[in-house]
Amino acid sequence: MLRTAGLAAIVALGTLGAGAAARAETPGAWADIVPMVFGDRPMQASGVVEIEAPYRAEDAALVPISVSFALPEGDPRRVERVTLVIDENPAPVAAAFEIGEGAGVSRIDGRYRVESYTPIHAVAELSDGSLHVAEDYVKASGGCAAPMGKDPEEALANLGRMKLRQGPADAPGRAEAQVMIRHPNNSGLQMDQLTRHYIPAHFIHTLTVAQGETPILRMEGGISLSEDPNLRFDFRPTGEPIRVRAEDTEGGAFEGEWPFEAAPPA
Amino acid sequence: MRIRMGAVAALLALSAQAEAGEIAPLAVEEVAPGVFVHRGGIALADAANAGDIANAGFVVGEEAVAVIDAGGGPGIGEALVAAVRAETDRPIRHLVLTHMHPDHVLGAGALGRAAPEAEIVGHAKLPRALAARAEHYLATARREVGAALAEDVEIVLPERLVEGEATLDLGGRRLRLTAWPTAHTDNDLTVLDEATGTLFAGDLLFMEHLPVIDGSLRGWLGAMEALSMVGAERVVPGHGPAVAPWPEALAPQRAYLEALAANVRRLIDGGATLAEAVEAAPAPEGDWALVDAFHRRNVTTAYAELEWE
Repeated sequence: MLRTAGLAAIVALGTLGAGAAARAETPGAWADIVPMVFGDRPMQASGVVEIEAPYRAEDAALVPISVSFALPEGDPRRVERVTLVIDENPAPVAAAFEIGEGAGVSRIDGRYRVESYTPIHAVAELSDGSLHVAEDYVKASGGCAAPMGKDPEEALANLGRMKLRQGPADAPGRAEAQVMIRHPNNSGLQMDQLTRHYIPAHFIHTLTVAQGETPILRMEGGISLSEDPNLRFDFRPTGEPIRVRAEDTEGGAFEGEWPFEAAPPA
Repeated sequence: MRIRMGAVAALLALSAQAEAGEIAPLAVEEVAPGVFVHRGGIALADAANAGDIANAGFVVGEEAVAVIDAGGGPGIGEALVAAVRAETDRPIRHLVLTHMHPDHVLGAGALGRAAPEAEIVGHAKLPRALAARAEHYLATARREVGAALAEDVEIVLPERLVEGEATLDLGGRRLRLTAWPTAHTDNDLTVLDEATGTLFAGDLLFMEHLPVIDGSLRGWLGAMEALSMVGAERVVPGHGPAVAPWPEALAPQRAYLEALAANVRRLIDGGATLAEAVEAAPAPEGDWALVDAFHRRNVTTAYAELEWE
C-alpha cells in the first residue's frame, strides 16, 4: 500500500512560491495536487468525511475549519488518516492527521490560513487503503501573506505556552479536548521591509496527543496552520492523563501533561 | 528611513502638481484655538474616497506646527500640508503618527515630500509594525483604492520614537505624547495639547465607526481606564466627529468592548467553538456604522485572545 508521508508532501508543496500566493483561482489546482499527495488511487465522495467551514472568512489568517468522519455501524474498517487541503494556498496540504486506533476521534476542528478564494478538500484514508473525499469552498484573502500577529513581543514571550481545555462531548463514552499552543507559525512568506529579508519560517510541524501511552492523534502541519495552533477534537477517554508534544522547525519541542477531567454529571 | 514604493513615479506626479500649483487644502475645523481637525469619512477605503476614512489634524504653536496623522493616501497628506499653509507659514516641525494603520499613515510619504522639514514621530514599536505590514498595506491599497494611488504611496518610518512619554514644544505650546501598551494596536500613541486640553486619541477612541481590535481587547479595556483619567477638556477621536467632550466620548466604545468581552467569555465558558461563537455572539448595541464589516471579525479576535484566560 502506498502511503505518502504527510510531512514530505507538505514540504514538497510548500515551495510553490510567492507567485502562487498572488494568482487568482487556478482551475485544476486540485487535479495537480492529488497525484503528488495521494498517487493515482481512486477517491470516493462517499460521505465518510465531511467539512465544515465558513463560506466567507472573517479573518483569513484564522479560519475555523472542521473535518468530521464516521463509518457506518458495523463497518469493520477504521479511519486511519485525514488530510486537509486548501487548494489555492502556497502550501496546500494544510494538515495531515493520523488517528489513533480505538481513540474514537470523529471530528477535528482547526484554524487555518486561507490565501485566496479556494476550494478545500478533506481526504480520509481507511484501513483498507480506500480514499474518501469531501469538498467545500472558502472565500478569504491574504491569510498566508498577511503580516505577523498583533503583538509579536508578547507572542515571543509566550512562545510554547500550552493549554488544554476539556469538556463533554455529545456522544456517550466520548469526551472533548482542545489543545492550544502559543506559536507564531511564521510562514516564511512575509518580508520585513526594514531588513529586506523574509522573516524566516518558524512553525509547528508535528503535534501529538496521547492518553497515557495510547495515541489519540498525530498532526503533521505546515504554514497553512494559523498562528497559535489550536485543535479541538473528540475522543474515547481511558481516564489516563492527556499528554501533548509539539515540535517546530527550529528544533523547539514543547510538552504538556494534564490529568483527564471527567465531565460533571448532567 | 523611508521605504520607497514607486518613488520616481511619485516625484514626477508631484512636480507636475507643483507646476499646476493646485493642491486644495483639506477641509479642517478649528476645534480649539490653534487646534485644527479634518474629519474623515466613516467608510471602508475605496477609489471614491481615496482612503479618506480617518481623522487627522494639526496644532499651531508660536514657532512651529505639529501634524497628527497623515490620512489614508498621498492626496490627503498633500492636502493636509496645504491646510496648514492656509492657516500659517510656520514650519511643520513634526508629523506624529498615532499608529500603523493605513488610513492614518499612507499619506505620510507625500506629506513628508511637501514638508521635508517635518520629523516623523511614532511609538517605539511602530517601525517594526510598519516594516512587517508595508507590503500587505500596499497590496490592499492597490486592491481597495486603486493602483494609481498605491503607486504614489511611500511608507515612511518614524525617525523619533516614543517609549513611555515625550514632549514636543512648538514654541510656547507643549504637546504631551504617550506611548501605550498594546490596545487598539501594539503601537498606539496619543497627543495632548496642554494649552487647550485637547486630546488626540488616535484610534484608542472610535466614535460612530465600530471599534476594530487589532491589538488586545483586554489591553484596550485597561488603556481606556487610564485614558479616562487624562485631564482633557475635549477629545479628537481617530474616527468620528472632529471633536467630542471628554471623557463622556468614551462611553459608547467602552460599552461595546465590555459587552464583547463579556459575551465572548460566556460563549467560551459554555463550550462554544470559534465558529459557533462567531454565529452566536450578540450584535452590538447602540448606533454603530460598519458593523457588518467588523463585528464578527472582532468576535474572532476576542475569542482567540480570551480563550487563553
